[in-house]
Amino acid sequence: MLKLTVNGATHEVDADPDMPLLWVLRDRLDKTGTKYGCGIAQCGACTVHLDGQPARACQTRIGDVGTAEVTTIEGVSGRVAEAVRGAWRKLDVVQCGYCQSGQIMSAIGLLAANPKPSDADIDGAMDGNICRCGTYQRIRAAIHEAARTLA
Amino acid sequence: MLKIRQPTTEPHASRRAFLTGAAAAAGALVIGFRLDLGGARAAGGLDPASVKAQPNAFVRIGADDTVTVIVKHLDMGQGNTTGLATILADELDADWSRVRTEFAPADAALYGNLLMGPVQGTGGSTAIANSWVQLRKAGAAAREMLVAAAAFDWRVPAGQITVENGVVRHGPTNRQARFGELAASAARMPVPQEPRLKDPSQWRMIGQRVPRLDSAAKTDGSAVYSLDIRRPNQVTAVVAHPPRFGATVKSFDDGAARRVAGVLDVVAISTGVAVIARDTWAAMKGREALAVTWDESAAERRSSDAILAEYREKAKDPGLVASERGDAAGALKGAAKVLEAEFSFPYLAHAAMEPLNATIERAGDGSYDVYAGCQLQTIEQAVIAATLGVTADKVRLHTQWAGGSFGRRATPGADYLAEAATIVKATGAKAPVHLVWTREDDMAGGYYRPTVYHKVRAGLDARGGIVGWQHVMVGKSIMIGSPFEAMLVKNGIDGTTVEGASDTPYALPAYRFEVHNGREGVPVLWWRSVGHTHTAHAMEVMIDELAHAADVDPVAYRLSLLGNAPRLAGALKLAAEKAGWGKASPEKGRGLGVAAHQSFGSYVGMVADVTAGAGSVKVNRIVAAVDIGVAVNPDIVRAQVEGAVGFALSAVLRNRVTLKDGVVQEKNFDAYEPTRMSEMPVVEVHIVPSETAPTGIGEPGVPVLAPAIANAVFAATGQRLRALPLDLAGLKGV
Repeated sequence: MLKLTVNGATHEVDADPDMPLLWVLRDRLDKTGTKYGCGIAQCGACTVHLDGQPARACQTRIGDVGTAEVTTIEGVSGRVAEAVRGAWRKLDVVQCGYCQSGQIMSAIGLLAANPKPSDADIDGAMDGNICRCGTYQRIRAAIHEAARTLA
Repeated sequence: MLKIRQPTTEPHASRRAFLTGAAAAAGALVIGFRLDLGGARAAGGLDPASVKAQPNAFVRIGADDTVTVIVKHLDMGQGNTTGLATILADELDADWSRVRTEFAPADAALYGNLLMGPVQGTGGSTAIANSWVQLRKAGAAAREMLVAAAAFDWRVPAGQITVENGVVRHGPTNRQARFGELAASAARMPVPQEPRLKDPSQWRMIGQRVPRLDSAAKTDGSAVYSLDIRRPNQVTAVVAHPPRFGATVKSFDDGAARRVAGVLDVVAISTGVAVIARDTWAAMKGREALAVTWDESAAERRSSDAILAEYREKAKDPGLVASERGDAAGALKGAAKVLEAEFSFPYLAHAAMEPLNATIERAGDGSYDVYAGCQLQTIEQAVIAATLGVTADKVRLHTQWAGGSFGRRATPGADYLAEAATIVKATGAKAPVHLVWTREDDMAGGYYRPTVYHKVRAGLDARGGIVGWQHVMVGKSIMIGSPFEAMLVKNGIDGTTVEGASDTPYALPAYRFEVHNGREGVPVLWWRSVGHTHTAHAMEVMIDELAHAADVDPVAYRLSLLGNAPRLAGALKLAAEKAGWGKASPEKGRGLGVAAHQSFGSYVGMVADVTAGAGSVKVNRIVAAVDIGVAVNPDIVRAQVEGAVGFALSAVLRNRVTLKDGVVQEKNFDAYEPTRMSEMPVVEVHIVPSETAPTGIGEPGVPVLAPAIANAVFAATGQRLRALPLDLAGLKGV
């Protein structure tokens, strides 16, 4: 049995330590807001926070999570998270929406570390998150909008 | 009153014909599923502007004031749920904050796409176009029923009653009621068949920015996609598919797979070997442990390079004539100057973010519930029912939010749904089965945009006017080789292959368009804008080359040929004006390129601003102008064009699916990399004001991007890159 803290709650999971956190979240804990896109850390759809830092759940063995606090799109909260969600809604960023959990988790990670990111900072933090609908222009605008809210 | 014009039917004709035929074929070939093809609807009653008001099919008003709009289409990101709800809610004068949506069940009679015959489905940028009058009438009828109920209850003349923002009001007696209070009595009122529709001046939401209805659920993780379906006791299936198209299972050893913890069963099915497990990870591990021997005797073993080389040879022979006017060959003989160009296009995967998947569950009474991103409900229902050996009414489709599609979920044979149903049958339907395709399955699974080759010869007179144009293309048709070939392909010509070129709006005095159909064993399918993905590029780059050869400005040159296409000319002019066309390039290696194209009844002009250097192209800015008739939600229209740019850019710069000896080489985003944030240009979208009935915008932003960029690269460097993806390696610095 492995102990896992997800969104503040502790879960006991009976699984191979090699099992990726992504599939534990989705298939064992029914936290389906975290998405599967590629399984090889190329698309960022599975981005969660480990102790507040963005991480790709598809490449995180649950055996390596240890005592780190896992936060998913369903549980992320606080001033930065609210600013990001609010900006995403204000600008109607989403299209199909499938990648947006990961986009939002990466954006929150960026703004938590850098409250006033430049376009180059946004490129750097967000280039690992693919949006096949091509919503990048609005993602960029929403990050700037959230930064204004937080200022 | 708004003048309702017919949606331009010509561009849809081929696909509509296909879908009608496909449904019939699904019935005839598969299960005896029947459509009412003999009824008035098929005989001409499908005119989208003449449908009767059906408020009960499309709107439900709750006692709590919620207005639920039933959405008959798939929303794969286009935002059509918001747009369709807006159309109805405006006529209803609903309070937008109380509007919700619900995806319709499969029911072709109620929810058929009016531009696709009696088939329920989403495609061809038709969701708004076919629903426009239908939903206006539904909303207006529901409004009249609420008014009638209030007039009856209050004993006042209906003509004195006003409706605003979800409240029905009688001014003279100062009485008012919310929709919810009147819903029950309104439901007892007769349904007006021809309710009075608003004048455009009365619209409160149509034409305005109305917030998307899916933004909240898609930003907190609560939106449910089919990959998120969790039914009690559900199991997950992953399938080992053959490495080459056309191969089948010869034998397999599942000993090691069955020893993987969590694996429950292994079954051979027609498309491969399915591993069924308690969760996705176990199913994937189980598949890795399988040893399968494939029978490749009928498999496609050619490489994509070889297929294209064969196409190039084939183009030298006379093809099937898809379009002809005048004597193009004769005109070219007398031309002052002849230009020749060839254009090649690779296979492209749709690569939607959510890989294909579906859940099928048997209910206690032997009927089935299907949870998927359903895009061709009528056909999907028929195929699943046939596979499971039940009648279509025993299959209930629960359409979910789709994580993209770009055409891939609308497959004539409902391929992945048939596979899910096959697994359910093979395992005795003991538990709900969730079939999950991994990214690799999705990418290597075929149904690509076809690889295509175009060869063009065009002649100019001494003043630079076009005297003749000969065009030959080679590509695999989507329909030929399918069970629908005999029914749907006219004289060997598939309209979805040649659209956008055989019907060019340019006034070419002599034109001959020939097509050869490729026959390789690689499954092909429509990919966001279908034939226009390649025809627009060949046409718009060639026109640009001719303009330069004639030494005429490329915008002016096009306009001189678009006398019979005023809406396309209008979009082109607006794009050019907004982009600052005609100004000198601010720096070396930077240039503007233009393209204009009509598809699915919509008109788009686009100007690309690029910086090109040795081995690289950076797109700085895209300015687009669109004429789609009424823009129901201008912000979503802009989003669709922004998204079309982001979606198509990687296909311009690098994407291709290649086959080596028949084996797909690009199986994940490392080898087939979509556009990323740092590459996204600034996109400006301008909408031509219009009161013409709306057409669609899901697809029409795509075709113009590649030629606009290629033409800009020429302006920046003087080098013509014709093949897609652009041969950046061959690009020299300036």
